[in-house]
This record gives sequence, C-alpha cells and structure tokens, in this order.
Amino acid sequence: MTMPEGDIVQFDNVGLRYGAGKEVLSDISFTLYPGSFYFLTGASGAGKTSLLKLLYLAQRPSRGAIRMFGTDVITLPRARLPAFRRRLGVVFQDFRLVQHLSAFDNVALPLRVSGVRESEITRPVAEMLEWVGLADRADARPATLSGGEQQRVAIARAVIARPDMLVADEPTGNVDPELALKLLRLFEALNRLGTTVVVATHDLHLLKNVPESLIMRLDKGRLSDPTGALRYPPRRPFSRIEEEEAL
Amino acid sequence: MSWLRMERRAQLVPQARMAGPVPWVIAIMVALTTIAAAGGLALGNLAQAARAELSGGLTVQIVEADPAERERQAELAVSLLANVAGVEKAQRVADSELRALVEPWLGEDMGAAGDMVPVPALIDVRLSGPVTQAKLRNIRSLLKAQAPAAQVDAQSSWLAPVFSAISSLKWLAAGLVILLGATSAAAVWLAARSALGTNRATIEIVHLLGGSDGQIARIFQRSVGIDALLGGVAGALLGAGAVLLLGQQFAALGSGMVAGGGLGWADWLAIAGIPFAGVLIAMFTARLTVLAALRKML
Repeated sequence: MTMPEGDIVQFDNVGLRYGAGKEVLSDISFTLYPGSFYFLTGASGAGKTSLLKLLYLAQRPSRGAIRMFGTDVITLPRARLPAFRRRLGVVFQDFRLVQHLSAFDNVALPLRVSGVRESEITRPVAEMLEWVGLADRADARPATLSGGEQQRVAIARAVIARPDMLVADEPTGNVDPELALKLLRLFEALNRLGTTVVVATHDLHLLKNVPESLIMRLDKGRLSDPTGALRYPPRRPFSRIEEEEAL
Repeated sequence: MSWLRMERRAQLVPQARMAGPVPWVIAIMVALTTIAAAGGLALGNLAQAARAELSGGLTVQIVEADPAERERQAELAVSLLANVAGVEKAQRVADSELRALVEPWLGEDMGAAGDMVPVPALIDVRLSGPVTQAKLRNIRSLLKAQAPAAQVDAQSSWLAPVFSAISSLKWLAAGLVILLGATSAAAVWLAARSALGTNRATIEIVHLLGGSDGQIARIFQRSVGIDALLGGVAGALLGAGAVLLLGQQFAALGSGMVAGGGLGWADWLAIAGIPFAGVLIAMFTARLTVLAALRKML
C-alpha cells in the first residue's frame, strides 16, 4: 500500500470539554491521510466517542484547530457544514436508525439527502442490503430487527454513498465474529477504493485482521502515539499490531 | 425536487393526516376568518350601496296642517325644483306610499285619524351630484318664499350615524381577520415546535448525514402545508356555508338596505383566497420555527 500525498483531516492541539466540566480530550494533534485505515483504541471512557464526534462534525472543539479536506471546519459557516458531512460516512455506536423508516429507506437516506435520483437509488441500496445479508429484511422497521441486523443497516447506510472518510464507532460490537470479519472486509474494500477509514474499537483481535492499519490510542483524553503512525509524515507507513499488543 | 420525491416515498416526519392539531386549528381559524371577512365585505358593500343611493338624495317635507294649502305648496315646490339646475328628479311620494309608511302607527283606517293628524307631503328629490351644504342652502332659499312650509333635508345626513357604525363594524371585521391570522400563526408555531421535539432524533440523524437546514425545514413546511390545506378547505367550506345561510336569512328580511350588503364575485374570490392565505401563513411559520430551532444545532 502506498501512502497518498496530502491529508484529509488535521487536528492541531484540540481540546474538548462539555459545558463547564473538565476536558474530556486534551492536546489532540494528528493527521489522517487519504486512503488510510485507522483504528482508534482505548479503554471505555477514554474519549473515543468524543473524538469521533469531532471527526463527524457533531461537535465543535473547545480549543485548537481542525482542518478537513483542506478547510478549517471550526470557522466554517453553518450553511457549509452539510456539504462536508455528506463526504463522511458514520456508523454510530447506538446505530441511530430512523425508527419509522424501513431498512431500505434508512440505507437510502444519505443518497436522498445528497439529491441522488430515485431511479439511481433502488439498485445500489438493494445490493448493499444483500451484501450485509439483509436483502430479505429490506422492508423491516428497525424495531423488528435484532441488534446485529440494526448494526448492519447502520453500516450499510454509512458506506452507501461511498464517503471520502468512514467513521465507525464500535461497528462490530453486536455481531458474531464471522460477520464482524465480513464487515471489516467491507471497510477494507471501501478503503481500497480510496476511502479513509477510522474505526473506534476496544477489540484488539479486530486489529490483527487489518495488518496495514495505523493505530491511534486514547488514554484519559490524551492521544498516544505508540507506533509512530500519527507523526507527519509517519515514521513508518504502517503500525505493527504486535507493537500495539505489546503495550 | 429529489427531496420532495423522498418525502413521497419515505415520509421522514411520520404523520397521520388530520391527526395533529394543525388541520383542526386551521379549519376553525379559516372558518372564523371566512365569516369575519364576509361580514366585513358585506358591511362595506352595504355602506357603499347606501351611500350611492342616498348621496344625491333630498327630502322635502311640506309640514302644513291645512290639506289644501299643503297640496298647493307641494305642487309648487315640485314645479320649482324641476327647474333647478342639477336636479335630476323631483317627485311627490304617492299618498298610498305615505299611508303605508304611517300605517304601523296610525292603523289601517286613516280616514278619521288622517284628518286629525296631518301627514306632511313628501317630495323625493334626486340631484345629479352629491348633496352639498351650498346646494342645500340654495334649494331652501328658493322654496322659502313660495312654499314656506317646506323643510329640506339631505337623506344622507339622517343615516350618518348608521354609516359611522357600519364603518366601525367593517374595521372590527378587518381587525378580527388580522387577529385570527396571528392566532393561526401562533398555533402553527406551537404545533411545529411540538413536532420538532417529537422528531428531534430523526432530525439529528438527517442533520448528521448532511441534510441542510433548508431541506429539514422543507419537510416540516410541506407536512404542515398539507395539513393546513386540508384544514383550510374544510374551514372554508364550513365558513362559506355559514355565510350563505346568514345571507339567505338576511335576504329574507326583504329590507332594501340589507339587500345592498350582498357579496359580489370579487368578494367571493377574496374569500376563496382565505384558506390559501392560511396555508401560506402556516408554511411560513413552520419554516421559520424549524430554522430557528435548527440554528441551535451545530
């Protein structure tokens, strides 16, 4: 795998606090490269979800600078943020499916938001549902789907519009190991097509399955750089899973 | 347009038509507004018709106890008035009409009573233009010498307080229409906020998937618009039915003045616009409410 030029996301000394509380993220600086595959690891409460919220533009940082696709997104007017969000695919930890829409319509949502013609929606959505093994559940509402099925719908919705960057928060938490591996292969396939993938997980076994991935580790709101993956340019193109495991 | 298509295929804001408060509130408001507007327009027409009828009218009364002298002065006054420049018509009110006018007070048998209670002779005068003080003075001075028992009055002056009351009622109706419009907007604002709260999770998802404020506002705007249209049409039918019923009852009174207060096609056209104005107010209010709420999100 060759490392493409430029960067897709740049965090510079970013801090985040909710209200008047203490900082949940402190001094976060890193650069994500186009077409790379990142794992964000860390214990529960380390700040993984907060960092992802900054990445998928659901939260503004309390301090620091964030650039995405070459643009300062902190000072960006609100009206321009939707265009950036459409370049992202997000798998939320709690899935966030629209409860009164069918699995099909949930997956189709990003395409419809982006103004894709209805005639160009049916086939890719059907194919995507088939790929995640839910072709026969296309008309089912989320409430009638199991946790794993809901997660697959959430993943299908995140990748359907071929985003520039996929951000997934514990995307394999509710599925069996076989399906987890299958979903990971989907992320890899998307990554090979040029999508930058960021997967937050506490499952170290998952990391082994993507040997070319880079690893970011969060510990009590601070980002550590155990493998040199976060340096600019990276010390080494790829992290070693063994190194992460050894830590 | 693609967003509208999406709305048709997959309704992002779940809604059972006529289930929320918006259609019912709009129906009631449109019905009341229709009645108020029809009332205002009818009063305006009534005042206009009465003014047109009376503005050039004069009444000359010959108040003379002696019937022969009364007859003489009346005939003389008619012939004098007929030659005055600007007088289109000077006509004595027939005795039969006079008897009919006083019949409710003096009874059908006017023989004996008529002799004891002399009824003035009346001359209905119509001028080519409106009655002015100068014209009135001129006619009074003309008649003073030849028919000293003549009393000249402008017909419109009798009804000036009535016109004033009608004008006040007209403005009251206009005020009611404005107040009802504002109440509708407030009701829709509350309903939109409630819908926004109920669908907050969905809105956040669409927002994070890249839905713009305009797209999300359009969903609510369209949803409220459809509800408002259903309610507006129902309210307009209800209001128009009430107006027609009242119109028939007033027409049955057979009074000349009330007959002038009918509604013309232009009035009905204006009334037909009320439900559509209601829909526009509702959609505009919903849009502003949703946009204001969305601006609080990142």
